[in-house]
Amino acid sequence: MDFSVIQQSLPLFANAFMTTLWLSVVGITLAAVIGILCALVRYFEIPVGERIAGAYEELFRNTPLLIQLFFLYYALPTLGITLSAYSCAIVGLALLGGAYMAGAFRGGFGGIPRIQTESARALGLTKVQNARFVVLPQGLTLSIAPFAANAIFLVKETSIFTAIAVPELTNEARDLIGMYYHTDEYLLMLVIGYAIILVPLSIGLTFLERRFRSGAFGN
Amino acid sequence: MELSGIEVLFAGSNFSRLMGGLAVSVRVSALALLIGIPAGVILGALWTLPSRAIDLVLRLYLEFFRIIPTLVLLFLAYYILPRELGFRVDGETVAVFAFALWIAAEMSDIVRGALISVPVVQVEGARALALGRLQQLRYVQLPQSVNLIMPATINLATRVIKTTSLLLLISVLDVVNVGQQIMEANRDRYPDAALWVYSFIFVLYFLACYPLAAAANRLEIRAKERIHG
Repeated sequence: MDFSVIQQSLPLFANAFMTTLWLSVVGITLAAVIGILCALVRYFEIPVGERIAGAYEELFRNTPLLIQLFFLYYALPTLGITLSAYSCAIVGLALLGGAYMAGAFRGGFGGIPRIQTESARALGLTKVQNARFVVLPQGLTLSIAPFAANAIFLVKETSIFTAIAVPELTNEARDLIGMYYHTDEYLLMLVIGYAIILVPLSIGLTFLERRFRSGAFGN
Repeated sequence: MELSGIEVLFAGSNFSRLMGGLAVSVRVSALALLIGIPAGVILGALWTLPSRAIDLVLRLYLEFFRIIPTLVLLFLAYYILPRELGFRVDGETVAVFAFALWIAAEMSDIVRGALISVPVVQVEGARALALGRLQQLRYVQLPQSVNLIMPATINLATRVIKTTSLLLLISVLDVVNVGQQIMEANRDRYPDAALWVYSFIFVLYFLACYPLAAAANRLEIRAKERIHG
């Protein structure tokens, strides 16, 4: 282990770390929005929309992110749609994550006693009001633990962006190993980089699970 | 001449090459699961023993494999394994090794969780009947937790299958890698080869994972009904 190598590569890894972090944050946020919308559509059993949301969930949960990314990056241009590597990364993570988040939120919404939404309907609340004042406040709280589990999963999935050359942590480590062969040092930096993001998230998740005793994990 | 469409999948030996790539992915998942699942069951059973040391070691092991992305695990194995062993190791072996360790970690948590969900009276009853630890496990705890273990294991298997798509990145000639070779070779004749090849691989993975995920879901619902009556 050569510490001068680590010191020299530190700024490069810091950059890559920030890329991983912001791609994760943007991707997870978009995924949560898609997930909540899908979960609401399925919760209120909106015709057609319910079917589409279900099909979307199954399609993206049962295929690997790498293939989804390759499809966006290499196959879409043949249809005349060209996205940059960064856009592909964000769209890919949002679509994959949305499918998983939908599951997490559906689980949470399912935990709301049915009488709550029935009462809301009896009081003449519209579906939108029902969602806004009854389902979301209770359902989102119930979804926190599975949401955190999915967030951890999605941060890990950002490592796959290396396949379309997005300069995130894994890609930086691969590049440096390819150029300078200080394998151990760069692998250590790589593991530490992910640990800095994921250890706190994982501890937070354990805490949340204990509080909410909620199970639904990852897939 | 520009040809378009689906023909690229069937031109020459392309289809059998893709299937050959698929066989590699299937072989890696199958071997890794065959090694990882039994190892995980043993570790999970050990974990239920009242030992601080075992608990600490297994928790660290599980957390490490949970926190590090699978792709990074593959790279760690890819660079470290051949050096430690002192001879060349092909990508497939590296992948089986890394996946098996990962599966064993996840599996140990699944098994432990299921075993400790068996009501205490059952274990106490078994002990009152003078059953040994292994007999307790074999005749009391495992039969009652298998309905929880099965769906979680099937879900883990679908994750493993999806993760085999990453084999390309440690230069294994899997179905994705073969697909890329076909695209490279046919760039001029079939400009939209990428669309068809990636759609095909997308469908392949979906066909492999969807039935498994659906089965796991059904089993999970049945297990819940059994618990809540």
